[in-house]
Amino acid sequence: MRRTVGALLRKEFLVELRTLESVPGMALFAVSTFVVFHFALDATSVNGKEAAGVLWVTLLFAAMLGVNRLFVADAEQGGFDAFLLAPVDRSALLIAKALALLAYLAVFELVAVPAFGLLLLEPSLGQSMPDLLGVLALADLGIAVIGTLVAALAVQTRARDLLGPLLALPLLVPIVIGAAKASAPLLAITAPGASPARWLLGLGLYDLVFGLIAYAVFDFLLED
Amino acid sequence: MPALPLHEAGKYVAAAYVVVFALVLIYVAIMAIRLSRVERELGELLEQADRRQERENAPEDLARPGAAV
Amino acid sequence: MYGRGLRALSLATAATWTVALGLVFFYAPLEADQGFVQKIFYVHVPLAIVSLCGFVLGGVLAIQHLRTRDARWDLRSYVVIHMSLILGVGTLITGSIWAKASWGHWWVWDEPTLVSFLIVFLLYATYQPLRFSIEDPERQSRYASVFAIAAGAFVPLNFAAVRMSTGYVHPRVLGDTSNLPGPMALTFLVSLLAMALLYATLCKYEMTAKHARGQVRALRRKLSGEAQAQGRSAAPTLHSGSSGPSPAPSPRTAGATAARSAGASSAAPATSSTPAVGRPGA
Repeated sequence: MRRTVGALLRKEFLVELRTLESVPGMALFAVSTFVVFHFALDATSVNGKEAAGVLWVTLLFAAMLGVNRLFVADAEQGGFDAFLLAPVDRSALLIAKALALLAYLAVFELVAVPAFGLLLLEPSLGQSMPDLLGVLALADLGIAVIGTLVAALAVQTRARDLLGPLLALPLLVPIVIGAAKASAPLLAITAPGASPARWLLGLGLYDLVFGLIAYAVFDFLLED
Repeated sequence: MPALPLHEAGKYVAAAYVVVFALVLIYVAIMAIRLSRVERELGELLEQADRRQERENAPEDLARPGAAV
Repeated sequence: MYGRGLRALSLATAATWTVALGLVFFYAPLEADQGFVQKIFYVHVPLAIVSLCGFVLGGVLAIQHLRTRDARWDLRSYVVIHMSLILGVGTLITGSIWAKASWGHWWVWDEPTLVSFLIVFLLYATYQPLRFSIEDPERQSRYASVFAIAAGAFVPLNFAAVRMSTGYVHPRVLGDTSNLPGPMALTFLVSLLAMALLYATLCKYEMTAKHARGQVRALRRKLSGEAQAQGRSAAPTLHSGSSGPSPAPSPRTAGATAARSAGASSAAPATSSTPAVGRPGA
C-alpha cells in the first residue's frame, strides 16, 4: 500500500512540476484576491476576526481551483483505467491524491500567507506563527480530504467545474468555522491570544470523521 | 422584542401554516399532471394493442405458415 | 407493489393532522414570551426534524444500494432526499416567518439550527444537478449514493459545528424543545408524528408514481418492440419486475458510451426487452 501511494505521489508531483497547472495558479489567485479585498473592504489593513475572515475565504476559493484540476488529467487521458488495471488497493488513489492536494495547499500557502501578512494584516505574523501553522495544517487536512472526495465525484459529471465548488463549499463550512474561530485571536492586534483548544479539537475530529467516510466510499467511485 | 399583539401575530402564524398547506397542494397539482399523463399514455398503448390485435387477426384468416407478426 | 398501504397511510396522516391542528389551536397554552407567534413552532420544528431525519435516511438507503446494487434502494434514496428537500424549503420559509415575527428580521444568524439548516439545504440542493449531469444511469446511481452517504454523515457534524460557533449569549428560542410544559410537549409530539406521517405518505406516493411510470414505459417498449429514446433524467427509473441487481445499460446508453472516450462503461448486451428489431447505435 505504501509503495503504491508513494508511486502515485511521485507521478502527481512529476506531472505538477512539469505542467505547473495548479499551484502557481492558486498562489496567484490568492494574491489577486487580497488586492480585491483591499478595494472591496476599502481598508488598508485588517485584524482580528476580519483578518481571519479575509484569509480563510481567500484560501478556500484558491483551494477550489486546485480541487477542480485534481482528477482532470486522469479522467481525460485514461489514468483511471490504468490505475484500475493494476492489482493494487484502490484506496491508495484516494490517499495519494489527498496527500498531493495537501502538498499543493501547503506550497501555495507558503506564498499566500506571507503575502497576506505583507499586504493586509496589521499585526505582524511572526508572533503567532507556530499556532497559525497548526491551524493551517488542520484545516488543510480537511480541505484535502473533502476536496479529493468532491473532485472524484465531480470529474465524471458534465459540469465539473461548477459542481466541484458547489459540492465542496457546504461541506467545508465546519472547517471554515473552526479555522476562523481559531485564527481570529491569533491575528488580533492587541496581544494576540492563543486559539481555544476547542476549535482545534473540532477541526481534528471533523478531519478524522470525513477521512474515514471518504475512505469507505471512495472505492465505489472508481468502478468501471 | 415584546410579543406581537394578536391581530399582528395571527397573520404570521397563518402565513406559516399556509406555506405548509401550499407545499402539499403544489405537490397534489404536480401529481395530477403526472396522473393525466399516465392516463393518456395508457390510452395510447391500449390503442396500439388493439391495432396489433387487428393485424394479427387479419392474416390469420389467410393462414400462411410461418407468417411474421 | 408500491401503492399497497398508501390509502391507509394517507388516512392516518389526515387523522393525525386534524388532531394535531386541533391541539395546536385549541389545547396548547399561549407561551409567555412570544404569545401567539409561538404557534409556528408546531410546524417549523417538525418540518426541520423530519427533513433532517429524511436526509440521514437517504444516506442509509444509499448504503443499502451500494451493498446490494438493487436499483430500488437507489429509487428510495432519491425520493427520500427529494422529499426532505421540499420539507427543507418549508423549514426555511417558516423559520424566516418566525424570525420576522419574533425579532423583526427575516433572517437571523443567531439561531444555530436555522443556519445549520441553510448549509445542509445548500448541500442537498446540488444532489439533483449532480445526478442530472451524469448520463450513464448506473454511474449516476452509484455516484448519487456516494454523495448521499457523505452528505448524510455531514448533517449531524454540521449541526454540532454550527452550534459550537454561535455564542452562548443568545438563548435558543426557535429550536429549543427542552423544558416544554406538559400540554405543549404533547401538542409538539403529535405535530411531529403528523409531519412524519405526511412525509411518509408523500414518499410512498412519489415512489408509486415513479414505479407506475416505469411500468408504462416497459409496456410501451413491449408493445412497440423498439427501445424508446429516454431523455436525460435526474431520477432513477425502475424497470418493471426488476428485483435483482440493476439491469444492464439500455441501448441508448450503449450508443452514447460507445461514442465517448475509453474508460466509460462498456456496452453490455441489451436486455431481453428489445427483441430482434436491432440495436440502434450498434
